[in-house]
Amino acid sequence: MDTPAIVCEGLSKRYGKTRALDGFDLTVPEGAIYGLLGPNGAGKTTAVRALATLLRPDSGRAEVAGFSVIRQPAQVRARIGLAGQNAAVDEILSARQNLVMFGRLYHLTAAAARRRAEELLGQFGLAEAGGQAVGQYSGGMRRRLDLAASFIVAPRVLFLDEPTTGLDPHGRNEVWQTIRALASAGTTVLLTTQYLEEADQLADAITVIAAGRAVAVGSPDELKSLTGGDRIDVVLHDADDVPAVAALLQARLGVDVSLDHDGRKVSVPVTDRLAALTEIIRCLQDENIRVEDITVRRPTLDEAFLHLTSQQASPGDTAGNLSGQPAEVSAS
Amino acid sequence: MTARPVIPQAIASRLGWAIMDTWVVTRRDLAHWVRQPGPVLASNLLFPVMIVLMFGYLLGGAMIVPGGGDYRDFLMPGMFAMTMVFGIGATLTAVSADAARGITDRFRSMPMATSAVITGRAAADMLSSAVALAVLAGCGLLVGWHPHRGTARALGALGLLLLLRFAFLWIGVYLGLRFYPNPEAVTAVRTLEFPIGFLGNPFVAISTMPAWLGAIALWNPLSSTVSAARQLFGDPMGANPSWITDNAVAMAIAWPVLLIAVFFPLSLHRYRRLSR
Repeated sequence: MDTPAIVCEGLSKRYGKTRALDGFDLTVPEGAIYGLLGPNGAGKTTAVRALATLLRPDSGRAEVAGFSVIRQPAQVRARIGLAGQNAAVDEILSARQNLVMFGRLYHLTAAAARRRAEELLGQFGLAEAGGQAVGQYSGGMRRRLDLAASFIVAPRVLFLDEPTTGLDPHGRNEVWQTIRALASAGTTVLLTTQYLEEADQLADAITVIAAGRAVAVGSPDELKSLTGGDRIDVVLHDADDVPAVAALLQARLGVDVSLDHDGRKVSVPVTDRLAALTEIIRCLQDENIRVEDITVRRPTLDEAFLHLTSQQASPGDTAGNLSGQPAEVSAS
Repeated sequence: MTARPVIPQAIASRLGWAIMDTWVVTRRDLAHWVRQPGPVLASNLLFPVMIVLMFGYLLGGAMIVPGGGDYRDFLMPGMFAMTMVFGIGATLTAVSADAARGITDRFRSMPMATSAVITGRAAADMLSSAVALAVLAGCGLLVGWHPHRGTARALGALGLLLLLRFAFLWIGVYLGLRFYPNPEAVTAVRTLEFPIGFLGNPFVAISTMPAWLGAIALWNPLSSTVSAARQLFGDPMGANPSWITDNAVAMAIAWPVLLIAVFFPLSLHRYRRLSR
């Protein structure tokens, strides 16, 4: 078996009383797009900074491309790229000047750096705007330049720290396409994101991190199934009916329902879809409640995520399937 | 595919990398001057020239230099030194902007000489200040100022001014790395530049100040460099006999060396702390 692109074991980092990383474990196989998901302050950025040699962990072991980030940082730096929250480009210079500068700092000759800059401008769709100051770029263009800069020497491992935060849907799509293209060329990508949809769209596998620890590992589908089966969404005609319907369904089906914040939707987790659907429709008819729509669906990654991280948030309550250990749901 | 850089092990080739990388980082700033000349022109050229004209002509008529001499001759070395003071803000702003925007982190995640991030900044800022000094001297020559004691002493004076700038560089790097998460603090530090000048002898002679203020001004490191430059250019000194002024040249070396001895290690410490 190949050496994993990234391994860390028991990685810890504290700031005063805060444990930003608290025995964090991660194994990322070569060639994957791997998602690191967690709420704000869960330790995603700290983990990426430690793996990219920007931050010295207090304890634990971390290897990237086979080299220790603590003892061989220079070797690691020669094999990684970093983009997103933690890496930036010069706004006054043009994209071309940026890429030539970074190329020179990767110790390419002047001619090779210029050649590589042109290649990357073409590859990342920036050839036309290559001479403009980066300050005038759209958010999507800037992120693509950011990616291009981390790709001067095609890295073994690419760290993307929230690469689409703050982009509009168009810019986000552009960046997603670029990330897929880079990964299909063989680079291992570790992606942190707050957009659960993003992990769902891009990642082959995901580690969920909360309070500095890995709380679950698996494919997006496997994580969704952790929340226990399907959901039935009932959209009501009248928002005033929501509390009554929620109470009614909770009582009849014996499960915790959740309400949508825009006001008219009640979500019910179910195990037997048909029986539950029949029961729900009967209830609503009995009470003469006007219904706009009823749908049966798989849980969203959002729900899986909230479920996992809320379990982690109350340490006395982790007995279930997590029991303090990362839930290893991956069969592969 | 582009070849992966091989990390050099020998000290000589590592030094070679450090010098090469420093030059690349320095050139980034030179490219800024070309692409966006506005701020450089304003802070390095227009502002000091404006001050020379304002103080020299507008206020200069009301200024009498104690001990005699022309006020514009008295002012020029002061303005040279103030240009060095303004350099603190330039360094501070550049260092904090790079750290805040993540450019410093990108450099730190690359297989380049880590020292080059700072040495490149240092080289670019020293170049920038040397150019500013040359332009201001040219402006001085136009309004009738000139060195009276020969080229060697004049160059000595410029050297002392740049030594002061080199000391201020490390204050700027330290403060930039200290305050970068907090842009308000960066702005606040910049507004202190002028008071540093007024609490010294660049604009007025210390002998005209109240005793307590005079004492502060006398011990202001800036004052020693200004006095030394006045002495070496042969400009009026503003009649201010004291041990510090009598040994102005020695003090104009001692103060910056002391500042460097304090702020260079502090800057390195702050830079290393980025990885905490």
